[in-house]
Amino acid sequence: MEVTSIQDGIIIDHIPAGRALSVIHFLGLDPTRTRMALIMNTRSERYGSKDIIKIEQEATFQLDILGFVAPQASINIVKAGKIVSKRTPGRPLSLVNVIRCSNPRCVTTVEGGIDQGFHLDTTGGQPGVYRCDYCDEEAELS
Amino acid sequence: MGDLRGSSLVTLDDMRLEHIRSLIQRAAYIDGHRQQVAKTCAGRVLATLFYEPSTRTRLSFETAMLRLGGQVVGFAGAQLSSASKGETISDTLKVVSNYADLVAIRHPKEGAARVAAQAASVPVINAGDGGHMHPTQTLADLATIQARLGRLSDLTVGLCGDLTFGRTVHSLVTTLARFGGIRFVLISPDELRCPQYVLDRIDAAPTCSYLCTRDLTSVIGDLDVLYMTRVQQERFFNEDDYLRLRDTYILDEAKLSGARQHLAVLHPLPRVNEIAVEVDSDPRAAYFQQVKEGMLVRMALEAALLGDPLPGYEDEMEEN
Ligand SMILES: [Zn+2]
Repeated sequence: MEVTSIQDGIIIDHIPAGRALSVIHFLGLDPTRTRMALIMNTRSERYGSKDIIKIEQEATFQLDILGFVAPQASINIVKAGKIVSKRTPGRPLSLVNVIRCSNPRCVTTVEGGIDQGFHLDTTGGQPGVYRCDYCDEEAELS
Repeated sequence: MGDLRGSSLVTLDDMRLEHIRSLIQRAAYIDGHRQQVAKTCAGRVLATLFYEPSTRTRLSFETAMLRLGGQVVGFAGAQLSSASKGETISDTLKVVSNYADLVAIRHPKEGAARVAAQAASVPVINAGDGGHMHPTQTLADLATIQARLGRLSDLTVGLCGDLTFGRTVHSLVTTLARFGGIRFVLISPDELRCPQYVLDRIDAAPTCSYLCTRDLTSVIGDLDVLYMTRVQQERFFNEDDYLRLRDTYILDEAKLSGARQHLAVLHPLPRVNEIAVEVDSDPRAAYFQQVKEGMLVRMALEAALLGDPLPGYEDEMEEN
């Protein structure tokens, strides 16, 4: 399948297949206002299949969150129809008010007005997992 | 020790090893100088906020403060507190910070003590948050091991029973691994094995190792410490499995006959039937001493967080 190239914006490539909608959600992109192309379950030489998101606007949003939702993605910055830079997302050391803790025993389920914080834990080896600041439960992609 | 003044204890993972060592050393000093330290915290007020009942732990915190000459206020059971009217933990702590110099909080939700410490303007001690953390229990365990064996590293430490849900086990393993030189022997039924993240922490400590086994009898002779835990019936799907496993791990004199003479048997108490009563009179039984050490380390901790120096302690340290 083919989708027209973008002129100025971002291409997020190598998103795990089926996760593009989560990426859009976590990036806080409003699908009703953003000019973008969504390609899902396309062929990937590296991973078998993948999703791609092409966004025709400047990256004013927090790309760091990709390090949680799609750490193996690649971020391509496009200027005047050409890719001018390419990188993989870093793993942010903390995520604040991005995801909610799914542990029913966690204090965040009863205490309003506090931040939903997660931190990167690498004791089990790289790349590590995100754990709730309060109860240490591993973060889940909802 | 000025470093601990004004700080909170939510998890031992945040506390430097030198501070843990210092608290244990202070607990030993307090034990030998009960009269001298009896007015250390005179004029201080400890609030014990127990959102779920745990009478023994509360008594330990409160006795510790009373023995330092301070006083205690508090509640036990959420129905007695404004929590039942929907007040947040944060608001409760902001209010109580105006009354008390120090707070010990126990709450059924994991992470509640962190929320409390963030909201309070006085030091907060985590007295247990759900199945999560219970740092003063671990301090009591460490103090008992230090008192019995004279060291916290170069030890073979067996942990037996429910290693899946036992928070005291996870905290003790994690903290001992930081001291280093520990061979852990993890004794449990397959259903109640130690979780991976705890094993990862042992692996991450270069001088520590672990062995998982189901058989207590075959390893008891290697141990310096044996930490027994309760196997709770509700962890099992059927009664037969529970009864079979429960009885496998009962520590009695017959099993102890294969153990070393200096073995220290620990248990967080209360026990149900994991340890036969006949073991109580064996010199290797350390679980009632553990209760005493628990009160002493809480005394050391309360004084340290308040910044109240123990009379005579610094002089004694200089002499040694
Ligand atoms: Zn949580």
